[in-house]
Amino acid sequence: MKRRDFIYLTGMGAAATMLPSIPVMGHRIHPEEALRTVDVSLKKQMSDVVLNAARSKGATYADVRIGRYLQQFVVTREDKVENIVNTESFGMGIRVIAHGGWGFAATDKLDNDSIARTAEMAVAIAKENSKLLTEPVRLAPQKGYGEVSWKAPIEKNSFEVPIKEKVDLLLGVNDAAMKGGADYVNSILFMVNEQKYFASTDGSYIDQDIHRLWPIFFLTKVDKASGKFETRNSLSAPMGMGYEYLYARPQDKIQGTTTLYKGRYDMLEDAKAAGVQVSEKMKAKSVEAGKYDLVLDPSNLWLTIHESVGHPTELDRVLGYEANYAGTSFLTLDKWESRKFNFGSKLVNIVADKTQAGSLGAVGYDDEGVKCGQWDIIKDGILVNYQVIRDQAHILGLPASQGCCYADNWSSVQFQRMSNISLQPGKDKKSVDDLIKGVEKGIYIVGDGSFSIDQQRYNFQFGGQLFYEIKNGKIVNMLKDVAYQSNSQEFWNSCVAIADERDYRLGGSFFDGKGQPGQVSAVSHGSTTSRFNGVNVINTSGKIG
Amino acid sequence: MAILTKDEAQALLKKVLGDSKADECEVNLNGTDRGNIRYARNSVSTSGRISQNTLVVASAFGKKLGVATINEFDDASLEKVVRRSEELAKLAPENPEYVPFLGQQKYADPITYIPATAGITPSQRSAAVAQSLQVARDNKVVAAGFLEDNTRYGAMINSKGLFAYNTATNVDFSITIRTEDGKGSGYATRGYNDVTKLDTKIVTQIATNKAIMSASAKAIEPGKYTVILEPTAAAVLIERIFFGLDARQADEGRSFLSLPGGKTRLGEKLVDERINIYSDPLNPELPTSTWNGDGRPQERVSWIEKGVIKNLSYSRYWAEKKGVKAVPGPDGAIMEGGTKTLDELIKGTKKGILVTRLYYIRDVDPQSLLLTGLTRDGTFYIENGKIQYPVKNFRFNESPVIMLNNLEELGKPERTVSDESNANYLIPPMKIRDFTFTSLSDAV
Repeated sequence: MKRRDFIYLTGMGAAATMLPSIPVMGHRIHPEEALRTVDVSLKKQMSDVVLNAARSKGATYADVRIGRYLQQFVVTREDKVENIVNTESFGMGIRVIAHGGWGFAATDKLDNDSIARTAEMAVAIAKENSKLLTEPVRLAPQKGYGEVSWKAPIEKNSFEVPIKEKVDLLLGVNDAAMKGGADYVNSILFMVNEQKYFASTDGSYIDQDIHRLWPIFFLTKVDKASGKFETRNSLSAPMGMGYEYLYARPQDKIQGTTTLYKGRYDMLEDAKAAGVQVSEKMKAKSVEAGKYDLVLDPSNLWLTIHESVGHPTELDRVLGYEANYAGTSFLTLDKWESRKFNFGSKLVNIVADKTQAGSLGAVGYDDEGVKCGQWDIIKDGILVNYQVIRDQAHILGLPASQGCCYADNWSSVQFQRMSNISLQPGKDKKSVDDLIKGVEKGIYIVGDGSFSIDQQRYNFQFGGQLFYEIKNGKIVNMLKDVAYQSNSQEFWNSCVAIADERDYRLGGSFFDGKGQPGQVSAVSHGSTTSRFNGVNVINTSGKIG
Repeated sequence: MAILTKDEAQALLKKVLGDSKADECEVNLNGTDRGNIRYARNSVSTSGRISQNTLVVASAFGKKLGVATINEFDDASLEKVVRRSEELAKLAPENPEYVPFLGQQKYADPITYIPATAGITPSQRSAAVAQSLQVARDNKVVAAGFLEDNTRYGAMINSKGLFAYNTATNVDFSITIRTEDGKGSGYATRGYNDVTKLDTKIVTQIATNKAIMSASAKAIEPGKYTVILEPTAAAVLIERIFFGLDARQADEGRSFLSLPGGKTRLGEKLVDERINIYSDPLNPELPTSTWNGDGRPQERVSWIEKGVIKNLSYSRYWAEKKGVKAVPGPDGAIMEGGTKTLDELIKGTKKGILVTRLYYIRDVDPQSLLLTGLTRDGTFYIENGKIQYPVKNFRFNESPVIMLNNLEELGKPERTVSDESNANYLIPPMKIRDFTFTSLSDAV
């Protein structure tokens, strides 16, 4: 879905400009229909029809994905419900290799004739594509798992929670923010359930049930006399969880300069704080541009990890498959082959992990039937690995795929997408206060804001939600108009301290875009608060007319 | 179900409306046939064809609205979707901002459908890509591209007597060429309603020339420079003004169009007086639908005239509250220009930088519409009317509003595609002074 369609959907205008493009797929359904599931034995029968049809037409490999993709969005502003959207998309995507090339076709007509014809079409497209190939597809071997299943370990299915409860929560949040001092507030609950079935000629039949949730709000305060305004967005993270994420518990709160949330989120409390903080932000000191030591909270650092480490270590970008859209990567193969490329100080250890509980990217198996696991990307500051799928594994000399294949819908072809990529906690015992204590001239940044990075992932610029000036080891006041600019390698090399595991939290992207036609994926990034020395900070305030 | 004709769509919609028991009912029907080929490393990677139809029923009881959607079209399914929307309407909270549906409207006949594009075949598509790949092979460079065509229709009906129908075709092509050593990169993109206007060979040659010319770029200091923005580069900045024309945001004080004291910039001079921006659904170079999603006619609207904000866009609710005409937002914006070609703009430049593409545009400060992003795929230093050498890419922090106040000269408008939103625009190349580059990027 395009950005302006999202604005039409939500009627949000300015708040929407702070969001990535939001896709809406499928058609709207009655909320109760979301709880209906499709019988596994029926999905196996359909899969066998497709796999046999593909083989009989000459496919040397085939996989089929039968997907039911459910989304529910509840959209409010101030005291009004703007929109309640329920969508369902059910259908089948078939991918084959024939004459050495990939072919893909998809259908939502699931009778045996239609799915067999679609399989034949995929084979025909593969044969047509093979004429323009420079080399045949080489697929890493993958053993079949037989009939297996995986379910996200959720406690409360979001689709079972009555709409009224969700509406009441959001209107309560808006009320709290307005009472706190906000003039306008938009709040949204995004809920996703992917019921995915995968089968392949390798002999796998995999049934999976995946849940995701993202509560957010955007709040604005306007000073009518001066015409100035400030915003403060929620400090929530999108999670691979059920509705339990919104049942806050005291043990999940981190008390500090502002309250932060770990594993569970108190949306009402955050809205109250945001109302007060946005007023504080109006009066805050505008930052003086220059070099600062930055202490970055995980609610800010996740996005920097995502853009500066997650994307450049995607092997399809390194190889040039995304050259026309998302771009390529500065982490070329020679840097990896040298085993000496210094990407981070010795403290920096970054791990890819598709199994992390509660994360957006957690699945049992990826969308080409590979069991998921974890592996090192940066070890003690050295680049040691990438993220790969089956037709790329041979390029790195790997015996198998790492399980990074994903399609955002049955109608989209699966391709390499980012795994959860996380900065490991520091090994020495260090709190956030310990990190701040050592800083003479610095800024403590909480929440994510504006973000931009070049197509090879060298030069980036990030904002935030809350900025606090640090002088001589102490937070002295709030700042505004802050953005930091750096080069990915220099930035990670300037990492001088990482808080220990007590501070570990996830952030993430619910709608990470890639590919043509565009697809989205959801991915988490964990970290603890970390310190980076001597980073360039610019002042973003401006005036027109 | 393929693309429905006006009569077929109307018959289906009347049948659906006949099942309604709500106070008000509105039904939208949309369908698309879409085909694409994607390639990289001089080889096809994926291709696909997707055909989809969707029926959306909105039912209202008083100020309570319910919406349900379906993609099956047998009689039982059609009745089911109407009943479902009515059930949802009864469950929904009352929306104080609900506005009753529009009555019958008059629309101009659209000019968005071109039979040649609707009739494109898989072999035409692969031949177009083969031509592009041949240019890459002949020049010993590496191509990554995407070709996508679509034929679509939209129709709506409601219980107040409104009926609307439109059909349209479009083809978008984009190509990135990189030199084999990875030191040069060039890009070109085109969008048309009529596929016969697309020549993938010429477009690929343009990207190839840029790639070869941009190899081994020199670093020059960031700072304020006179720039010439090609239309593809200008589009991603100027469109942020189009996105921000909403009257409610401005009235609420949270837009770059807000002024102190609760006022807005409507009627005020915002940019250089040579700037004129409008939208016109019947422009032959950039035609759009003659009605929008809620049934309002789309007509020629002037947004900026001689630098003055002439119109803001309104939701029907906000327009009713403010007692003004509910003008829908721009769909296909057109910026007027001059007669000079890009080469002529370069010839008249003593010192400056030619920017061919901008990337990863994000808002930094919504009050001044300050944006950040980077140059990409060919940035060149101009001196004494000539391109002297390629320069390394820059990050910029600049507001399109400030930029259009620093206007030196406009060239001849051409149709281009925004990399950010995929929207098509008619936009001239433009020469701007004091454009702010804040740092260097090593990216190629």
